[in-house]
Amino acid sequence: MPVLQPETPSRQLRCCGASGCRSAGGEALLAALRTARDADAGAAAGLTIKPVGCLRLCGRGPLVACDGPEGTRLYGAVPPEHAADLLAAAREDGPDAGVARAALEPHRLDLDEPFFRLQRPVVLETCGQVDPESIDDAFAHGAYDQLRRVLAELTPKQVRDEVRRSGLRGRGGAGYPTGLKWDTVALQPPGPRTVVCNADEGDPGAFMDRSVLESDPHRLIEGMAIAAYAVGADHGYVYVRAEYPLAIERLRLALQQARRKGVLGRGIFDSEFSLAIEVRVGAGAYVCGEETALLLSIQGQRGMPRPRPPYPAQSGLWGAPTLINNVETFSAVPAILREGGDWYAAMGTEGSRGTKVFALSGAVRHTGLVEVPMGMPLRTVVEEMGGGVPDGSAVKAVQTGGPSGGCIPAEQLDTPVDYESLLSLGSMMGSGGMVVMGETTSMPVVARHFMRFSVNESCGKCVPCRAGTVQLAELLDRFVEHRAETADLERLEELCGMVRATSLCGLGQAAPNPVLSTLRWFRHEYEAALREPSHCEPPDSCTVGADGETRGYAP
Amino acid sequence: MSVVTLRVNGQEVAVPAGASLLEAARAAGVELPTLCHLEGLTPVGACRLCLVASETGGRLLPACATEAAEGMAIRTDTEELQRYRRMTVELFFAEGNHVCAFCVANGDCELQDVAVAVGMDHSRFPYRYPHRHVDASHPLFALDHHRCILCTRCVRVCDEIEGAHVWDVAQRGSECTIIAGLDEPWGAVEACTSCGKCVDVCPTGALFRKEDTTAEKHPHAERPEQLRRAREQQQWRNQ
Amino acid sequence: MSDLEPAGAAAPSTAEAPAKLRLATVWLAGCSGCHMSFLDLDEFLFDLAERAEVVFSPVASDLKTFPENVDLCLVEGAVANVDNLELALTLRQRSRMVVSFGDCAVTANVPGLRNLLTGPEAVLERGYMELADRGAQLPHAPGIVPELLEKVLPLHEVIPVDLYLPGCPPSAERIRAAIEPLLHGQPPLLEGAAMLRFG
Repeated sequence: MPVLQPETPSRQLRCCGASGCRSAGGEALLAALRTARDADAGAAAGLTIKPVGCLRLCGRGPLVACDGPEGTRLYGAVPPEHAADLLAAAREDGPDAGVARAALEPHRLDLDEPFFRLQRPVVLETCGQVDPESIDDAFAHGAYDQLRRVLAELTPKQVRDEVRRSGLRGRGGAGYPTGLKWDTVALQPPGPRTVVCNADEGDPGAFMDRSVLESDPHRLIEGMAIAAYAVGADHGYVYVRAEYPLAIERLRLALQQARRKGVLGRGIFDSEFSLAIEVRVGAGAYVCGEETALLLSIQGQRGMPRPRPPYPAQSGLWGAPTLINNVETFSAVPAILREGGDWYAAMGTEGSRGTKVFALSGAVRHTGLVEVPMGMPLRTVVEEMGGGVPDGSAVKAVQTGGPSGGCIPAEQLDTPVDYESLLSLGSMMGSGGMVVMGETTSMPVVARHFMRFSVNESCGKCVPCRAGTVQLAELLDRFVEHRAETADLERLEELCGMVRATSLCGLGQAAPNPVLSTLRWFRHEYEAALREPSHCEPPDSCTVGADGETRGYAP
Repeated sequence: MSVVTLRVNGQEVAVPAGASLLEAARAAGVELPTLCHLEGLTPVGACRLCLVASETGGRLLPACATEAAEGMAIRTDTEELQRYRRMTVELFFAEGNHVCAFCVANGDCELQDVAVAVGMDHSRFPYRYPHRHVDASHPLFALDHHRCILCTRCVRVCDEIEGAHVWDVAQRGSECTIIAGLDEPWGAVEACTSCGKCVDVCPTGALFRKEDTTAEKHPHAERPEQLRRAREQQQWRNQ
Repeated sequence: MSDLEPAGAAAPSTAEAPAKLRLATVWLAGCSGCHMSFLDLDEFLFDLAERAEVVFSPVASDLKTFPENVDLCLVEGAVANVDNLELALTLRQRSRMVVSFGDCAVTANVPGLRNLLTGPEAVLERGYMELADRGAQLPHAPGIVPELLEKVLPLHEVIPVDLYLPGCPPSAERIRAAIEPLLHGQPPLLEGAAMLRFG
């Protein structure tokens, strides 16, 4: 099914009500549409104005999709003054349709552009189609069908087998095989179990999970419920960061509706299966996306990672075996159950099956959300779908994986996007943030930016992360401010190695990645940032400038 | 009691099931430096000094917080581990304001000890000189935050042994600080029983008795273990 | 450490006796306690005098200018003002081996505590104005009273250092354990609490 185009189009205007479009004036546009409709009831007869979730091209918000029997037209950056035109344009047979469409033509977005054409919506299949605040609309789009079928027809083991067959791997970043994780939880000794959804999406430039929560929360709930059934849990938590107020609001509403309709609670769909799901809101700590810190935070304690093992699958929330997956992972489950694990596994590559949602941003013409099959070359995503750098200059690098990832240089853009390929380039898949950088971006500045992020977000428990990142940020200052010495390069690399090897959790272990990857691909920029050799005469005494500037970390 | 056998630096050693790698190393006669770990308190694996390497590769393991498993083979003193340990200790010194010369714990300080153990003769990292303060509001004890290394022994001993939970950690990253009560002056926290266990277990001169001056502090880090043994096994020191 | 042959050794020698090692000791921002400890070497000072010539020292020489061709230079104290800085740069250029002698040189120690106040103005303000009993005034004598540096620094953050001898002060035994091998061109082995402990 092509992205954003409903199977059975009725005459309707779908207005994106997700955060991106809202910040671009989406609410004002929706209000204007409703006002215009009310003012001219005749003109709007048979026309639905529907608030929906993300329509993908966030950078051109507010977005409105105009559906009719002749197909779907998408408009972007529409000011409220065009409300009447949108209504008129939606009416194929209306007398003013032609004029209105002409007036809207500058706002028209081409759905045949690679940005839309190359998408392969699975997790996002009803995102932008379904009203995120209506469970009835979700039902109409097939929500909870798979939960109903699973409960009636499949054993938990059959569900896990299907998920394992799909080859789905954790979409939170690390890529742990989902089926294996489910089995690990299910096969623990008898006793209570919990499912937890990690919606603490904290990487700068990542907004995939927010979009799912804001656009299609029932898909997540259904995925969690299927998972809970598969591992024998009767309790679940969604841990959402407080910075996502709209997502929290819609998720809470969806949970409430789900309880009312009996798809959550006791004896779901007349089965023996019961499930309660609660929302837990974070308090602004990036590290709470780390699973052991997240669990402590749910328990009401300070969110600090602890050494693993034991893994949460063995001993998680209040000591019970706990399944933790992220939003996108759970949200892929309903489609996998509906179409079969083999169907899902047929997409993507040998080691990375299925599709992945990416949040494309930075120096790129088309900013927004894309879902593509794994293994698509990075160049296709960035240059074809993203449309390259807006001023037409060359892409310099693509940052993936946020502060835990790295910068992939332009010459590696033909790399397929999958877990292993990105790792081999010194970056990582991460949760799906993809920030495009143009020629003017300085790599030591990028590295320092991310290191400062890690300095601010370190929980402070272990010393390599708490103190090592501070020293790394200081060393990077020296490069950014052109006062580094040659030996600082070695110091930088040595300390990066130490912080990576000795930190307690993923945050510290991955914090050096932005430095190491930029050192690997853009070392010349660090070398060019060294203090002018002419300032250093004689060499032995060049260690202090006239201002008493220090050598810093010294051998 | 079931037993697991493993190799520490090539040497076979048998320990009770459930023992940590740190206990296994000690059973093999190998001393590992530690700062956050203390017998009798829950291990947290925060100081990273007891990291050991598995001979089969993979991530380094905090010996205090890793259970010994049958057939494991670990190395405790590779060239790499030695390098990391020294850097770790240097980071500790550089992040606080540790002036041994007039410290109450001078001469009986675990941070000083590990500096010697890892051969640290100077810090290659520039000192940070963080702005911290001294809480002398308690009638008997004081807390000099300049000397705190955030090992959280005080937090754990107060929570796990004394049951008062006066201490906790506030803020994050390099801003982390030990707080009393709800970030109140220590002397104002009614939950404090003035038992002094936090002072006993503090590895540096951060927590001290007010009557002690330079080089006069002598901690009693053995007490949590003694108390736990007394409570759980009814074994008293004078028995 | 083989480069620690006395400077005179390479030059044509007129005398029978081997050239003496040219030793300097320097006092930067410190309390002179390390030098006191040095004097505690007692009878070893005689051995030292036989093997080394003290060419510059606040306790054993009257020279005001740091000489050329120094073999071994012990530096007590942190780098706190422009005079310290200048001397540190000079001694590094003119010495083959530089030893950070004592905790102030190694860590900035007590002098470094003023780094807790931000900048020299705040330090002077605190010392000469806020804490003055009477006649509060900031010292100002260009060319006579050296200007304070922005921060007090350990020696190795200013110049490359070859050996570290921590301690406040390093005990005479520790000093001897470091110097004695050097007199014989051997690298000292500084290990264990007796040699390495700070404080």
